[in-house]
Amino acid sequence: MNYDVAVIGAGVSGAFAARELTKYNLKVVLLDRCNDVAMGTTKANSAIVHAGFDAVPGSLKAILNVKGNAAMSDVCKELHVPFKRIGSFVLAFSDEETVTLRKLLERGNENGVPGLEIYDSEKLRSAEPNVSDKAVAALWAPSAGIVCPYELTIAAVENAVKNGAEFIRNFRVSKIEDDGSVFTVSDGKQEVKAKYIVNAAGVYCDEIAALIGDNSIHTIPRKGEYMLCDKSSGNLASHVLFQCPTIMGKGALVTPTVDGNLILGPSAIDIEDKEDVATHADVLADILAKTQKSVPAVSTRDVITSFAGLRAHLESDDFLIGKSEKNGRFINVAGIESPGLSSAPAIGEMVAGIITEDCGAALNPSFDPVREEPVRFRHMSNEQRKALIEKNPAYGRIVCRCETITEGEILDAIHAPAGARDVDGVKRRTRAGMGRCQGGFCGSKVVELLARELGVEINEITKFGGESKILYERTK
Amino acid sequence: MLNYDIVIIGGGPAGMAAALKAKECGVDSILILERAETLGGILEQCIHTGFGLQYFGEELSGPEYASRFIDLVNKEKIEYKTDTMALEITDSNVVYAVNKKDGLLEIQAKAVILAMGCRERPRGALNIPGTRASGIMSAGTAQKYVNIDGYMPGKKVVILGSGDIGLIMARRMTLEGAKVECVCELMPYSSGLTRNIVQCLDDFGIPLYLSTTVIDIHGKDRVTGVTIASVDENRRPIPGTERLIECDTLLLSVGLIPENELTRAVGIGLDRVTNGAVVDEYRETDHEGVFACGNVLHVHDLVDFVTLESQTAGEGAARYVLGKKQKSDQVTTKGVGTVRYIVPQKINLNNEGDVKLFFRVGNTFKNATVKVKYNGNELISRKRPRLAPGEMESVLITKKMLDTFEKDGVIEISVEV
Amino acid sequence: MTRNITCVTCPMGCSIKVEMTESGEITSISGNTCPRGEKYAKDEITHPLRSLATTVRVEGGIYNVVPCKSAGPLPKEKIFDCMQAVNAAAVNAPVTLGDVLIENICGTGVNIVATNHCPAK
Repeated sequence: MNYDVAVIGAGVSGAFAARELTKYNLKVVLLDRCNDVAMGTTKANSAIVHAGFDAVPGSLKAILNVKGNAAMSDVCKELHVPFKRIGSFVLAFSDEETVTLRKLLERGNENGVPGLEIYDSEKLRSAEPNVSDKAVAALWAPSAGIVCPYELTIAAVENAVKNGAEFIRNFRVSKIEDDGSVFTVSDGKQEVKAKYIVNAAGVYCDEIAALIGDNSIHTIPRKGEYMLCDKSSGNLASHVLFQCPTIMGKGALVTPTVDGNLILGPSAIDIEDKEDVATHADVLADILAKTQKSVPAVSTRDVITSFAGLRAHLESDDFLIGKSEKNGRFINVAGIESPGLSSAPAIGEMVAGIITEDCGAALNPSFDPVREEPVRFRHMSNEQRKALIEKNPAYGRIVCRCETITEGEILDAIHAPAGARDVDGVKRRTRAGMGRCQGGFCGSKVVELLARELGVEINEITKFGGESKILYERTK
Repeated sequence: MLNYDIVIIGGGPAGMAAALKAKECGVDSILILERAETLGGILEQCIHTGFGLQYFGEELSGPEYASRFIDLVNKEKIEYKTDTMALEITDSNVVYAVNKKDGLLEIQAKAVILAMGCRERPRGALNIPGTRASGIMSAGTAQKYVNIDGYMPGKKVVILGSGDIGLIMARRMTLEGAKVECVCELMPYSSGLTRNIVQCLDDFGIPLYLSTTVIDIHGKDRVTGVTIASVDENRRPIPGTERLIECDTLLLSVGLIPENELTRAVGIGLDRVTNGAVVDEYRETDHEGVFACGNVLHVHDLVDFVTLESQTAGEGAARYVLGKKQKSDQVTTKGVGTVRYIVPQKINLNNEGDVKLFFRVGNTFKNATVKVKYNGNELISRKRPRLAPGEMESVLITKKMLDTFEKDGVIEISVEV
Repeated sequence: MTRNITCVTCPMGCSIKVEMTESGEITSISGNTCPRGEKYAKDEITHPLRSLATTVRVEGGIYNVVPCKSAGPLPKEKIFDCMQAVNAAAVNAPVTLGDVLIENICGTGVNIVATNHCPAK
């Protein structure tokens, strides 16, 4: 197939690049090596939209973070993704750290972050009662927020597909050829042709760039482990709570999620293996100890799951976005670690800008920015539920008991543009299996529904694609 | 709005027994709500035998035990709705439920019986580190795949937790051709029934490692192995005892949790140990007209006991509906030391008969004495050859004893060695 | 010679001690709390029995398999042979609880019976 642009990597950066590109008369294909979107760095991070006071003024991180943050409310409205601008605190536990707060405030002001203010301990505690009484001051950033990173990515891809982009899963790019005007991108089994390539491959950006002879990128996978607490402890924090960066490293954060859980983490360990997302008991114990410094009441008792993600770190410590020095039609989007999620809408815009400036594509007059709001049975009133089931009885059957997810919602997730093909995909789109029993009851139901809707046997259904099959052959 | 005298949430062994007893006690207007496609609850997938020895004096499989009650429910023409999920109970005992056929149901009940059963504790509750590979599931989920769907969930299996479902699945997977490498148990004793250890593990030479846990899970797409380690008396892994066991599947049988979301949402008081409601001798909760029985109240080791308890709740609900259950002064029960919990937690002083107290101990004992005291004075002292956490115990408080009790008195049960 | 047997006749799980002569003749049985225990211990020494519960393949049913059990206990050493025979069998839906699915399995004189219903698709 022939396209104008092939975006490699369906993480949050690739998703927003694809969506922004569909605002123009461009034929876009989004490729991902996995069975779903948002399977790399995007899947496992702090789920925070940063205010933007961390990065060095003038850096891409600083510029795009503040820009992306400002755009997030509108983008999330268009895409019907829950976004809560709850604000963040950086906590200081000593006079020395209070000095750091002032530096961050100045830096934030320079970056154009709105509303920054230093709170004394009293004001801090009235805003966040469960915070440690050892915190002496805090930097308040009202523009910080929380969003579910994969929900945002899924919505952006759905919207891109709705506007004409194509999503191809299980496409692990292994070869790129260029005839001077068109690239041929192949995974050894299939190929696509495109005039431009956007390299948004996360921790694999360096390997993808190397396929065209661009060896300027060296991605360091930096692992972050996290713990997720039950909703019963979600009220322990109502803002994002950071600690001051010290010479001993970055502290741990405590933050509520949009679904009312609590996230603790992350660790930060540079590793070699780009697929190693295992968690470790000692690392998790360390995270807990660090987060208890901020909020003493957090405890392992409330932890329902732990997970790890890899951040695509570059030595330059900044995003690398622009034309490759080897090929002007190959756009690198590399080193997208924190604040990558916050910056995503701005990154997408920047990438589309580079390409359209080069090729002069006209605006797409039929672009529709709206992604319809998915049915969320659990948030509806009984009147709404009644009407919904009358229209479609599939919403009358509860599949996931813990989270009250209906069969209708699961069918929607499967049949959505770039819809779910595996159990984890259904889980990310609907929350089925995310509750207290973690899929104990509904897991097999979801497998059945996937098999039925995709027209395959249940032992062909995977947890997350690849070799992650759930069942072997029939017993007899 | 529909109207019923008694609405029963859950059509497993608890719900059916409660319904039949309530009917026998003179209540005709009964509705059972069951979320699965059929009545029977979890018994439908428990195809092993061993059910019914106490109640029927026969060794039945799960589906056979269930079918005896399903047949009776049909014969007694007790109404039920399957594939129907209860969403909410209001303060005034209106039950909201949903299904494909009727849509959203609004049912006014005079009495509600909670019989939702329990669910298995997931991996997250243990916080086992490692990868998120496929091949990790609860033993009950595997049981459903093998026994109902007829598919194998794994071939080389490690089971964590020696609860009964874990033991049963060790045998089941072995019979179906899988290799069960071992069963690991964090505690120094198994919480499963002795007969299951003998018939499910010993018979097949499957090792049971006590004081052992899984400390790491390996494999990117599918599980390739787990690391197990011995634990000390504080259940912390002992360095140097780590051992890698190759496997493609990790089954978890690490405890059951009563499913009390509806109970909690309506504000019913829960017991911190059982994770079920606090109830009186008829299993009425602190929310008037709402009763609870079976595994939603506390996790039972035998379905026969679930049946008996649910009959008590069914009778209680019927008495309530018929105006025969009056409010009364109460005494409370309290487990001391190793006695982890007692059900019921309260007894009404106007109760007309004997009351059986069920309790569970926190450790294994040989030749111990169970002591029951009322306000510090010994009522019962009974030698027991063997006490184990996996086996529920009971003592009988006679009507004669009850008559000597006074408001707010405390019955304590303890174990002396 | 002494053998310790855990009785599994009921959930009590009595530890039964069986004393035997060199030739295998039982001289005493102790530790059981009921007569069933004594019988169990004797049987366990002389000819151990187990019941078998598994599934049989169903053709044309709403489920792939229907649960079944041996209508009586089987010799313990024949369990895997019986499993093989069960796995080789298939029955047509509908199946009714109590249906004899396999007669006289492996020549034991014991039938394999369905323990649940499986309606036709």
